[in-house]
Amino acid sequence: MSTGTPPLSNPPKPQARALNCPQCGAAIVLRSLGHAETVVCASCHAILDAKDPNLRILQKFQVITGEDPPLIPLGTRGKLRGTDYEVIGFQRRSIKVEGIRYDWHEYVLFNPYKGTRYLTEYCGHWNDITVCKELPTVQFAAATYLGETFKHFQTADANTNYVLGEFPWQVRVDEHATATDYVKPPRMLSSEKIANEVTWSLGEYIYGADIWKAFNLPGTVPEPVGVYENQPSPVSDNVKAIWAGFLGFAVLLLIVMAGFDLTSNKSAVFEHTYIFQSGEPKGEASFVTDIFDLEGRTSNVELTTSANVDNAWIYLNYALINQDTGQAWDFGREVSYYHGYDSDGSWSEGSTKDSVVVPSVPAGHYYLRIEPEGDPKHPPVGYTVEVKRGVPVLGFFGIAFLALLIPAIVITWRSISFERARWSESDHPPIQIGNSEE
Amino acid sequence: MTQPASNCPNCGAKIVFQWSSSVQTVCPYCKSILVRTDVDLEKVGKVADLPPDSSPIQLNTEGIYRSKSFVVIGRILYEYDQGGWNEWHIMMNDGKSAWLSDAQNEYAISFATTATGLPTASQVLIGQQYTWNKQRYTVSVITPAHYRGVEGELPFQYWDKTDVTFADLRSETGKFATLDFSDEQPALYLGEFVEFDDLKLKNLRSFEGW
Repeated sequence: MSTGTPPLSNPPKPQARALNCPQCGAAIVLRSLGHAETVVCASCHAILDAKDPNLRILQKFQVITGEDPPLIPLGTRGKLRGTDYEVIGFQRRSIKVEGIRYDWHEYVLFNPYKGTRYLTEYCGHWNDITVCKELPTVQFAAATYLGETFKHFQTADANTNYVLGEFPWQVRVDEHATATDYVKPPRMLSSEKIANEVTWSLGEYIYGADIWKAFNLPGTVPEPVGVYENQPSPVSDNVKAIWAGFLGFAVLLLIVMAGFDLTSNKSAVFEHTYIFQSGEPKGEASFVTDIFDLEGRTSNVELTTSANVDNAWIYLNYALINQDTGQAWDFGREVSYYHGYDSDGSWSEGSTKDSVVVPSVPAGHYYLRIEPEGDPKHPPVGYTVEVKRGVPVLGFFGIAFLALLIPAIVITWRSISFERARWSESDHPPIQIGNSEE
Repeated sequence: MTQPASNCPNCGAKIVFQWSSSVQTVCPYCKSILVRTDVDLEKVGKVADLPPDSSPIQLNTEGIYRSKSFVVIGRILYEYDQGGWNEWHIMMNDGKSAWLSDAQNEYAISFATTATGLPTASQVLIGQQYTWNKQRYTVSVITPAHYRGVEGELPFQYWDKTDVTFADLRSETGKFATLDFSDEQPALYLGEFVEFDDLKLKNLRSFEGW
């Protein structure tokens, strides 16, 4: 600095002032330096004007002894979001819904550079809360804040029942505010309206274990009870993942199935080419093939007939016969192929190839009895008979498919149940499925 | 920082103006409120001791806003029924002056505008909307405040005020506006909320135990 700069005139240094309660004489400590507006005597619960040098009494309120004390004692310091905070105030508030009172706790945290932030606790569910600087927009049953949309959860009349410590605002017991919550787990957006002044705050769900760690609290962390309005669903994140996984596996299964279909597992167990001479008497046309083996467990058999028919047809009476048991499967197949030209151009009908699947054929030694028929006016027709043992792919793939589908359905169901539990506490409870008591 | 030095007409201490456009300053020794005239400094009053307050900012605190450095050269302290707040007068390194407000550690930087046709105090209601510079603002709170004291250099004379009314307007972005009804003609300040850490403040006050 240049010479001649005068010494700075700092305002008087604030410090934790040692004061006494004007009502009961107990020591009052002001932790938030000059920020405190009201301070509550810890011993007689007089609400005092912290800005007044004599700590003028603003309000007295009745305290039922043995009421649940703050879980984080006043004066406790902890590190939250990388900043040191000291607990300076505590209040108990409640709302009444359909005659039932719900109580929650609020903690005022203070840092002389970063200011105040709040923690709320309801049945073991914690929220880390800051006051909004930007203005949310409300439309119908939703509120938008910084591009994020929150769903309306509840509007209720919040009452202050108990206060302790310091508050950077004028706090009074039995003060009412209209509290409205909008949720988008793990965050929630809340507005509090007193007279015509609205304050918005943004909360983020925080686990009790993280609070215990941040403030180095002794003892066990109270287990949260029920589902809280902005509690992140333990499964909803998995729902998308599991369906994506399911889809991925299903596609993979299809590819593998296609692979099985095209490769060795369905190689022909019998293949032979014959020539059908149409002029021969019908009775003599019947013949049997060599014996072939069908292996594996009971499954399907695919029989393919390829014939070089050209504007002709051939009809084959087949019998698949088990040599060991005599069991036979009879079926007739026609192969016909016609084509030509007419006024509309070229046309064709039929195919030179025909396939049939015979289901549930046990393993064993088999042969075919074949009896071909054809148009006697046509030249000889060559045809190839091919037998394939169908691999039991469909059953196997079906089981794999179900194995993937079941957890996906279970997780989706659990997620839906969690959301139903969440919203059942709101102003918009889900419609009851099944027996409704109403 | 090379403004001509004058002497305090009350105690004779050397007074150096850090900003050429400052109109008023407070003698750091005798607390006389001094107003610049064409020739010298005129004592117009005396500042009562400021109450203890808790802003971590003080005169000569330095920081950075939108990649421009600034230094705190003055301050107005206000009180209202829910507490107090500071308007710190800051000088940017491009010679512009602005305000860094600290309302219970909620920080914002704003600039004076030359807007005219502004509503008067009696016309403004909570919930009303106004658009300035294509940004829509909603009146969120109207604060009758009490002028509590000044320190350092200010861009205007501000020593004879007692009660002042402000209307704060917020937007859906971080922008905010303040209508200042302390003069006959309302004044409009436009600015935005800033994060403490983003200002990279130096020469802050230290708090015992923190």
